[in-house]
Amino acid sequence: MTVAARKIKKPLYAVIAACWLAAPFFLGNYQLDVLNNIAIYALLGLSLNIILGYAGMFHMGHGAFFAVGAYTTAVINTTWGVPVLWLLPLSGVAAGLFALVVAKPIIHLRGDYLLIVTIGMVEIVRIALVNNVFGITGGSNGIFGIDAPSLFGRTISGIVAPGDYFYLVTAFLAFTITVFYLLEHSRFGRALQFLNQDPVAAEGSGIDTARYRLAAFGIGAFWAGMVGNLYASKITFISPESFSFWESVVMFMIVILGGAGSIPGVLLGAFLIIGLPELFQGLQQYRLLLFGIVLVAMMIFRPQGILPPAPRSYGVAEDDGENGGQNSAQDGASGGEVRP
Amino acid sequence: MSLLRIENAIRYFGGLMAVGDVSFTVPEGSVFGLIGPNGAGKTTVFNLITGNYRLDSGKIFFRNEDISRMATHRVVERGIARTFQNIRLFSGMTVLENVLAGRHCRMKAGPVAAMLRLPSQRIEERRAVARAMAELLFVGLAGHAGNLAKNLSYGNQRLLEIARALAADPRLIILDEPAGGMNDYETTALVELISKIRDRGITVMLIEHDMSLVMRACERIVVLEHGKKIAAGNPGEIQSDPAVIEAYLGGDDDEF
Amino acid sequence: MEQFFTQLTNGLAVGGIYALIALGYTMVYGILKLINFAHGDLFTIGAYLGLTLLASLALTDTVGAVAGLLVLAVMVMGLVGVIGILLDRAAYKPLRTSPRLSAVVSALGASIVFSNTIMLVYGPSPRVYPQGLLPTHVLDVFGLSIPVMRLVILTTSLVLMVGLYIFIQKTRTGTAIRAAAIDQDAARLMGINVDRVIMLVFFIGPALGGAAGLMVGLHYGQINFTMGWLYGLKAFTAAILGGIGNIPGAMVGGLLLGVIESMGAAYISNAWKDAIAFFVLILILIVRPTGLLGERVAEKI
Repeated sequence: MTVAARKIKKPLYAVIAACWLAAPFFLGNYQLDVLNNIAIYALLGLSLNIILGYAGMFHMGHGAFFAVGAYTTAVINTTWGVPVLWLLPLSGVAAGLFALVVAKPIIHLRGDYLLIVTIGMVEIVRIALVNNVFGITGGSNGIFGIDAPSLFGRTISGIVAPGDYFYLVTAFLAFTITVFYLLEHSRFGRALQFLNQDPVAAEGSGIDTARYRLAAFGIGAFWAGMVGNLYASKITFISPESFSFWESVVMFMIVILGGAGSIPGVLLGAFLIIGLPELFQGLQQYRLLLFGIVLVAMMIFRPQGILPPAPRSYGVAEDDGENGGQNSAQDGASGGEVRP
Repeated sequence: MSLLRIENAIRYFGGLMAVGDVSFTVPEGSVFGLIGPNGAGKTTVFNLITGNYRLDSGKIFFRNEDISRMATHRVVERGIARTFQNIRLFSGMTVLENVLAGRHCRMKAGPVAAMLRLPSQRIEERRAVARAMAELLFVGLAGHAGNLAKNLSYGNQRLLEIARALAADPRLIILDEPAGGMNDYETTALVELISKIRDRGITVMLIEHDMSLVMRACERIVVLEHGKKIAAGNPGEIQSDPAVIEAYLGGDDDEF
Repeated sequence: MEQFFTQLTNGLAVGGIYALIALGYTMVYGILKLINFAHGDLFTIGAYLGLTLLASLALTDTVGAVAGLLVLAVMVMGLVGVIGILLDRAAYKPLRTSPRLSAVVSALGASIVFSNTIMLVYGPSPRVYPQGLLPTHVLDVFGLSIPVMRLVILTTSLVLMVGLYIFIQKTRTGTAIRAAAIDQDAARLMGINVDRVIMLVFFIGPALGGAAGLMVGLHYGQINFTMGWLYGLKAFTAAILGGIGNIPGAMVGGLLLGVIESMGAAYISNAWKDAIAFFVLILILIVRPTGLLGERVAEKI
């Protein structure tokens, strides 16, 4: 990244954040609902980014964890009337525990095998929901009449007042970005990136790779479960249709297209994949076709995504950019051996 | 006192015996060399010690603790750190972060502490960065801290692997062909670095093809051929051992 | 007992279709170590092309049912094979030296492109094959009734599979394919044109998948643009079950999975039918990722 680009980054982010926060003053309910969807998918993308971006595990069944969280909220709220926001952490815990159980036997699988197994997992979850397991999921009809969240005595309906809901989901998004940023810049976040880049070297540096892989699944699923809670209380009705395999593909695309391992990348990915098609309503039916083409083209021309993660600095060395280029030039000149 | 003791180590690959009944001890505080012609099983011995491969039979003791069945990251925690023959750095990350990887097992903060940015976590991070910088200074890479590891020259990448291993506070550091791809000047500096590591009280064990380096740096040497130990002793004894001369003349005689 | 045999023949017929599709996965995987996610959609394309050609050429009226269907099958296989080659050129060839997972993502993208193109061309609602082309009568074997079509499907699958097996084992080109699967670089040094081998594999695999699509259309009558997804995943499971990269493994795995699935649907629960394949997939990858006929390979450090 050039110095100029780095200087412009902070003011740019501030402007974007200000526009986002001011949106309810300018936009109608329909547009606000689109923004709410963008925020929900951004949250899902960020939670998947822990597993797919940082740890590099090709997980295409994130919808399963989202579903577990949403159904936990729906079942408990409609059965016992527990307020939905109280169920936020519980939905996360349910999804997290579910992830720990299902991920435990599969985390050691190679990339493409893991991908196909997680697809199998999300399909099994969907079929289980359709078949009304335990007799509590309502089968293919789903669950109706979930309460909207209520805060300080005020009901925040995602349907009637998307502007109110907008600030609720935005607050949660801001919280998520903050803690995930801190996580990325910590021992834990680094460990995930180490095992992503070279699991043998990570293990050889003293990192318990199996445990960190599992922890990545646990945290990613915990967050997806909480987003499931927000989603269920937003539309007050959920059914297995909401958690089809394509939902998982969309989350996967958000992370891969935006930039795996990059928080700004994932946010941009959510905006492009969920928001952009709304701007071109006439092209709606070509939406998936275009995404497919973009996915192929990205892998060929820019596999790291639109906004890949920038190298982190630790306040000790600030002269990367140019120096790095020089060194690689030296490498070529001295004819250094190339790694196999 | 012996720091590391290998007893009758055996490892097969398919039907091939890669390491056949090898025993030796590494005394604490020494620079120990493991040499032999290509395919003699040297790297396999390293991989057995660090738990990358499992022993088919035999035992390995480190500070009198049986580490034969231990997972690699536990072995590192116990105090054995290593470098790799075919350099394995986290190439897309900075030099400093690579060293922080070695520091990982001496740190405690978990994900929750990081998300809440607890004071203990911040102090630990700051100390880890300081320590990592100190190791970079030690191997002579302090000026490269912010560069991406993949942009380092080949010789510097080997030094970075050493810094990463040192950051784990090892009692034993295992270097797999540390001079591979280095020029004469860099090799001489490496010999100096190895003795500096030993002076810190860290036992050094190395595999190397550069015989002049081995003879200059090592105090004790074990020679393997076809997975078996054929000789052990100090550099003088090894150089005059008929079995060793035979083994090397049979292969690449110019290596000696 | 009668139900058992009914399910067995049904399972073998479906399994034959899985096996044909699985061969495409396993051949591509054998050479490129790539899961061709778009393969299931090539199968769908086969079914739709078969429908179009059947309706527009009316071959069965001019040359008779059997000959007409044979010509149709050859045309569908040829066309889908060419689409397979184009797929490789557009989505995989530029990624030969990239990390393997980039190609997997590209494959996913290609799959989305195919299924949505089919939807845009043919519409989102299911399409129906013309009826009455095929024999519908039921054979009576020792008191067990077996629809003739099941036997036709199973026989056709077996003929194609055995043909492929002989081609791979006995011909020079087949030997080149096997050599390239073991070690591309060594094969290249031995004078094998590896690019041509890859092209051939991307012709044969999709062609067999297209044939399977045609058979599904003819037998079940109804096709839709998303069906390749489920058939593809199940066929992939079959390939894994037999040991991916292993051609006889794909055949055995396909037939086995077909039987497991139809037995499971009959004796366990029909509602869970589609989940059975996924349970098999997860179980086999956890317990024995190399499959029934695969060999274990140690990773070098």
